[in-house]
Amino acid sequence: MRRLRTLIAAGAMTIAGLTSTALAAGDAPLPPAQTWAHGGVNSFLSFFKGYDYASVQRGFQIYKEVCSACHSLHLVSYRNLHDIGFNEAEVKAIAASVEITDGPNDQGEMFTRPGLPSDRFKSPFPNKQAAAAANGGKAPPDLSLIVKARAHHEDYIYALLTGYGEAPAGHELSPGSNYNKYFPGHAIAMAQPLYADGVTFTDGTKATIEQQAHDVTTFLAWAAEPKLEERRRVGLMVMLFLVFFAGIMYAAKRRLWSEVH
Amino acid sequence: MAHAPQSNFENPVVNWIDQRLPIFTMMNKEYGSFPTPRNFNYFWNFGALAMVVLMTMIVSGIVLAMHYTNNTLLAFDSVERIMRDVNWGWMIRYIHANGASMFFIAVYIHIFRGIYYGSYKAPRELIWIFGVVILLLMMGTAFMGYVLPWGQMSFWGATVITNLFSAIPVVGESIVTLLWGGFSVDNPTLNRFFALHYLLPFVLLAVVVLHVAALHITGSNNPLGIEPKGPQDTLPFHPYYTTKDIFGATIFLIIFAAFVFFAPNYMGHPDNYIPADPLVTPAHIVPEWYFLPFYAILRSITFAISLPFTDVVLVPAKLGGVLAMFGSIAILFVLPWLDSSPVRSARFRPIFKWWVLLCLVPAFFMLGYAGGKPAEQPYVLIGQLGTVMYFAFFLALPIIGRIEKPLPLPASIANPVLGGNAATAK
Repeated sequence: MRRLRTLIAAGAMTIAGLTSTALAAGDAPLPPAQTWAHGGVNSFLSFFKGYDYASVQRGFQIYKEVCSACHSLHLVSYRNLHDIGFNEAEVKAIAASVEITDGPNDQGEMFTRPGLPSDRFKSPFPNKQAAAAANGGKAPPDLSLIVKARAHHEDYIYALLTGYGEAPAGHELSPGSNYNKYFPGHAIAMAQPLYADGVTFTDGTKATIEQQAHDVTTFLAWAAEPKLEERRRVGLMVMLFLVFFAGIMYAAKRRLWSEVH
Repeated sequence: MAHAPQSNFENPVVNWIDQRLPIFTMMNKEYGSFPTPRNFNYFWNFGALAMVVLMTMIVSGIVLAMHYTNNTLLAFDSVERIMRDVNWGWMIRYIHANGASMFFIAVYIHIFRGIYYGSYKAPRELIWIFGVVILLLMMGTAFMGYVLPWGQMSFWGATVITNLFSAIPVVGESIVTLLWGGFSVDNPTLNRFFALHYLLPFVLLAVVVLHVAALHITGSNNPLGIEPKGPQDTLPFHPYYTTKDIFGATIFLIIFAAFVFFAPNYMGHPDNYIPADPLVTPAHIVPEWYFLPFYAILRSITFAISLPFTDVVLVPAKLGGVLAMFGSIAILFVLPWLDSSPVRSARFRPIFKWWVLLCLVPAFFMLGYAGGKPAEQPYVLIGQLGTVMYFAFFLALPIIGRIEKPLPLPASIANPVLGGNAATAK
């Protein structure tokens, strides 16, 4: 059943788009700024902010049910899901729901086994060539770092996911590409991935397109910068120490130099 | 029989060692009682700051090298493993990545200080030349370090910069093949860049030792640009300047830490979080910010130089750009001999002072701005104007030294008030 649903989703999104980006030039509009609980991975003035883990978990559900049909997340391990609030049993169950090809065993043969928490997220395709072949010649990008790998970060991903629509009159689209207001060139191979109520959240949150885009972007921000909260926490301690120490050194310097000035 | 030198340290172990190898006497002489002009301003902190960053870079770099894999198939993911799974790996990598920028900030200000206060003039020419060598080594090291994560900007930056050498007539192509270790930027390129990125900082450190050793022969310049005339003009390095340097270093570390912990990717490029792909060229290939002024000079030569009234091209545009870029560093080597004024400090040089502040400094920022923009108008024009201003700054120095009438110099550092018998500059 899972596999069937994955296949259907993959089929829906697998639209040939070999030439989609090369054809049309032109700059996309600036993605509008959104409000993020964590302030954004590249936000400077967010010293005390952290991820909204309810949103990260909903985002994980969207990744699992929608994005993972085509996009890998190969830098994230199942064990990392502890950090977004899943307990040990849940992490084990999530990992065990996929079949991992392992080996060779001592007979020299590859075998499959259920996933373990130590495994990286299983990629939808066995290799880059298979991913490209199934997606019109170009492999869908891995999403592990996508939020850090695009200018405007979270705002861009959100804008892209909500930026689908009818092409304006006179805008020629090649077969297999879709109109997106925020994609450079406006012709993107990925079909609109999010639809209202496309997923059903267990916590009762209404699954509008905007809500899903917000949640999956938050999840991908966490995937790209999992140490964000530790970084800011340590940074505050470091700053506290340095400012205090600078004060002491300034006093010492003033006192010492008062004799010679 | 050789006699043991006299040492008068209270600690008998220190004394025993010092009589056989006088490192304690040397440290005391060079960093303890070392006579230092008493009138330094905070611009004189930046040499010590650069040293602090260099040490930080070497220590963090050695730890990163323990976890990094220099293979094109594994490099990108090994860096991400450092970011995710190595204990404190994210911090060490962000320190190293931002440390490169902080190193250039410190060194650019240090160089500005040297120019503004005439620190390159006799008898300190050799200190200045070692400094330019350090700058060159820094640039090479930083460039190769940026290639190591093997992201899109790593790969394409390496491709663009190594290709510059192909502009050299006759041997250019061979040099590029040698740099690449093959016929394109690939695994052999990454391997040799990693080896050199590990080696060059230690070469740099050796040149820093020479830079400082030569400095301790002549002593430091100072904001007045006049030599100390006696003990009343100097202070022992310790505790006066150790204290001041530690205070300055702490302020510098606050800025450094603000980048590392709160904006670690601010000075990076998003494209370098995309693994290198030789088949996909980024829309705009830009080097790291600290190379932008030189990148702009490179791109400013948009025209070939031909024999007048013929079609014979003497210098193609690409070679012209490369020559201009290397020339912008090379001209620093001869700065001590371009500047014909005997007065060091810009405080007493009414023309030179404004020539630095209104020609060199704006040129540097214009070039930095133009270097980060696509090669189209008006940015090309801004870059070309900046290039002309940059070179004009240096080339006008022999004339400025002759026509300028310097202000009277103070009698001494301790007595900077101009008396009736103040020595006037020749």
